[in-house]
Amino acid sequence: MFSKIATPIIAIIVFLGLWELLVWANGWPNFKMASPSDLPPAFWKYRELFLEMGWQTLWRTVVGLFLAVIVGTVIGMIIGFSRIARDALYPLLIGFNAIPKATLVPVISLLFIGQHDFNTVLMAFMISFFPIAVSVGIGLSTLEPEYRDILRALGASKATIFWKIALPKTLPEFFGALKVSATLAFIGTNLVEIVSPHGRGLGALFKSGETNGDYPLMFAVLIALAFLGIVLYYAVIFLERIFAGWADREAT
Amino acid sequence: MTVPEGTFAAVVGPSGCGKSTLTRLVAGLMTPDEGEVWLHGERVKGPRNTVGMAFQNPVLLEWRTILDNVILPLEIVAPRMPRKDREARAMELLEMVGLVGFENKRPSELSGGMRQRASLCRSLVHKPDVLIMDEPFGALDAFTREDLWQTMRDLRAAEPFTAVLITHDLRESVFLGDQVIVLSGRPARTQYVMDVDLPADRTLDVLFTPKAADMLHVLRDQIKIAQGREVDH
Ligand SMILES: Nc1ncnc2c1ncn2[C@@H]1O[C@H](COP(=O)(O)OP(=O)(O)O)[C@@H](O)[C@H]1O
Ligand SMILES: [Mg+2]
Repeated sequence: MFSKIATPIIAIIVFLGLWELLVWANGWPNFKMASPSDLPPAFWKYRELFLEMGWQTLWRTVVGLFLAVIVGTVIGMIIGFSRIARDALYPLLIGFNAIPKATLVPVISLLFIGQHDFNTVLMAFMISFFPIAVSVGIGLSTLEPEYRDILRALGASKATIFWKIALPKTLPEFFGALKVSATLAFIGTNLVEIVSPHGRGLGALFKSGETNGDYPLMFAVLIALAFLGIVLYYAVIFLERIFAGWADREAT
Repeated sequence: MTVPEGTFAAVVGPSGCGKSTLTRLVAGLMTPDEGEVWLHGERVKGPRNTVGMAFQNPVLLEWRTILDNVILPLEIVAPRMPRKDREARAMELLEMVGLVGFENKRPSELSGGMRQRASLCRSLVHKPDVLIMDEPFGALDAFTREDLWQTMRDLRAAEPFTAVLITHDLRESVFLGDQVIVLSGRPARTQYVMDVDLPADRTLDVLFTPKAADMLHVLRDQIKIAQGREVDH
């Protein structure tokens, strides 16, 4: 238990130490590359902004991710249960996923002018639903017939089979996808925050750092983003432990 | 083919002849293109909850404990049965197959033979009239398999049910069956029926008697015929 917490902390300290050393050895000034020791002052100076913007970024990401879970699961169920829907939707989904989402920013900001919150949530959603849809779809379509038959032979309805067998059986795959989606959703949120004029959130803070040539601020934003990403990731792991902990086999 | 109520029919036949298909027809999971299946004077048109099924894989649900796995059919067949009664019923069966003490373990913590025992409990928990088994002991090692034959025999002595057992093990068919039905190659026909007149409370020793040896010999030849091979005498 001790080493489980100590190991990552030591790894982070070593990482920061190497970074500091790199900047110091090269004699890089602040406008080229900030060093870890510049970060605490930057955080302190803008502490209120960080809290406010961090919260903006976090809630939009979580809402976008939440939408992605719902829509992704529904799409996954459709392609998992119906062959025809699978054949019809897969090319569309893959095509949509292949579009670099940055190119969609001007499209949605024109469609929904001034709706900054909405646009940000929408982008977080669009960038993150795909892994969920695919994993649920594959999980459902590859369910072994025998699993279905143990309940079907008793005359159970399709809905019962879904709730009692198909859904729990896909949970490990679902959470695997959710971990990927959680980080993707952050990218979506920040993309819109950075690109939009008059944006809010950590992305906007990053941009203001850039405009003002405040390099320590920019790096501090990156660290804050990384921190939020880690928090969200571990929140997913926590949920996974609760709902799909059975899939985690202990080494025997 | 006919299986009288309360008796045990062992079905053997060449690989791919349609044995699994037969179990799915009897269970009502498939409807026949031709012919009919009757259970207790009623034509089988779809699944019915008086049937129990067991497969070669134990197909236990990893996220449930052994006890909850065994209870599963009761949740469908007897949704209003109190939890306490369900547990009592499941424990009764787990005790018969020697799994007391494992009821709160996950399937992954059990050996293959134990999982198959739990699977048998699950197929019997709702007291089905008919138990349909598709090679349930096929993936087990020889000793575990013989253990489970005896468990099967004891289960049937404790709670009578009609049984259809698909198997590729002739000794298993003779030890467990009241009759052994040999199917021909695809499309399967009933090629040969053997009545096994061995005592009901037979022990494994019975397989070493000359009588059993003769029966096994006859069955062996019938399988060869079903496979379309020469019988060498
Ligand atoms: N009477 C039949 N008519 C049509 N197809 C059959 C028939 N019997 C078996 N088959 C087909 O043969 C294949 C093997 O059947 P299966 O029941 O799995 O054989 P077994 O369990 O004896 O190895 C399946 O694809 C099944 O659909
Ligand atoms: Mg088969």
